[in-house]
Amino acid sequence: MDSETRIKSENVDFFYGRTQALKNINLDIYKNQVTAIIGPSGCGKSTFIRLLNRMNELVPNTVLIGKIYLDGMDIFGPSVDAVEIRRQVGMVFQKPNPFPKSIFDNISYGLKANGIKDRSFIEERVEWSLKKAALWPEVKDRLSESALRLSGGQQQRLCIARSLAVESKVILFDEPCASLDPISTAKIEELITELKKEYTIVIVTHNMQQAARVSDYTAFFLMGELIEFGKTQDIFTKPKDPKTEAYITGRFG
Amino acid sequence: MERHLDQEEADLKEDLLKMGTLVENAIFESVESLKELSAGKANEVISDDKAIDEFENMIDEKCLDLLALRQPMAFDLRFIAMIMKISTDLERIADLAVDIAQRVLDLVGKPLLKPLIDIPKLTSLAQQMVKDALDSFVNKDADLAGKVILLDSEADKLRNLVQKELVEDYMGKDSSTVPRAVSLLLIARHLERICDHTTNIAEDVIYMVNAKVVKHHPEEIN
Repeated sequence: MDSETRIKSENVDFFYGRTQALKNINLDIYKNQVTAIIGPSGCGKSTFIRLLNRMNELVPNTVLIGKIYLDGMDIFGPSVDAVEIRRQVGMVFQKPNPFPKSIFDNISYGLKANGIKDRSFIEERVEWSLKKAALWPEVKDRLSESALRLSGGQQQRLCIARSLAVESKVILFDEPCASLDPISTAKIEELITELKKEYTIVIVTHNMQQAARVSDYTAFFLMGELIEFGKTQDIFTKPKDPKTEAYITGRFG
Repeated sequence: MERHLDQEEADLKEDLLKMGTLVENAIFESVESLKELSAGKANEVISDDKAIDEFENMIDEKCLDLLALRQPMAFDLRFIAMIMKISTDLERIADLAVDIAQRVLDLVGKPLLKPLIDIPKLTSLAQQMVKDALDSFVNKDADLAGKVILLDSEADKLRNLVQKELVEDYMGKDSSTVPRAVSLLLIARHLERICDHTTNIAEDVIYMVNAKVVKHHPEEIN
């Protein structure tokens, strides 16, 4: 593999109570690449990406064994601030979840939370983020309107802009297009391909064609295990493991 | 659970085998027309080629439909993509049988230049290769496909033998034999080209079965 590793998962086990959701996951997420995580429901893919920005800590009675590194730093290390990790590793969810505030405030919120007070800097940053998220032309004249009045696809791009505003390095997408129509889906996919020039992207998707279209690498999870990881073109044309073959050709799952 | 795609792939496979049977028959009849110097048989090979062309178009269309509508992955994708390529090679093989028939028409009514010895050997080899290539496809048998590829050098040798004999023993000695000798030489060349296309089919079968690219990489066979 010729790419630089941004996130490294090393011997990761994860438990919800007594139920083991992840078993010995070893996986490298490469910088400026899109990594898709595929697998049937309950295979642990969402659990896995929620570990990457420490969101698992918000769920009680869970245990993590193993290490996750971001640029070589153990993100669960004793002196590491979870809020700082979540700034660097943003997340976009299946259902867009804008704050019930104006479009402008949705973006500026994270900046203010990070202690930025300079109004003109904030305005610049809002515009920059909305442009990066390919939303600016659609909202530039209505920044004070409620974000809840945007369409689903626009709300999803707003959530992406919100993550970009705080200068994240990695963006995690958990089924980002599950509730979007094909046009909005195409826009998000275009955006993901554009964003990978500057960011590292991880996307969980049930849509195999989407994984094939947007990702450079694909990881196949099954029952908490990483079955196969490789270049997307190899996984979808010549998977090595018969379980991967069976899943992507629709023979089970 | 059987998928809809399983049935569609089975239909496609059946179409390709029907086409393969027609192509095997075209080779057989073209060589029969040579043995008998029969214009009737030669013309039949030429007119029967239309049906094979139609098969190629139909298979192409079905494959494109499946690619667009089913968005196949992994083995399904390799299977459908290779069927598109195999049907193209089969159609070219049938065209070569037509070429042989046309050379036979040139020879009809003229005395046979010499008893046929190596051309029938080359014919048997071509027929065996086509049969084995199609069998390797049906049975997903990469080993058999590998054997087909290795036979191709035999075809080259036989073609060279035919060429050497015709040039040295006939054309070089008696210029009146040139038109007939050239026709025989071309027939040997067409048969050898049939073996080349059959080799392509065998290479495609290996890719379909185990995703290994042996085309232009003979060292990858086995």
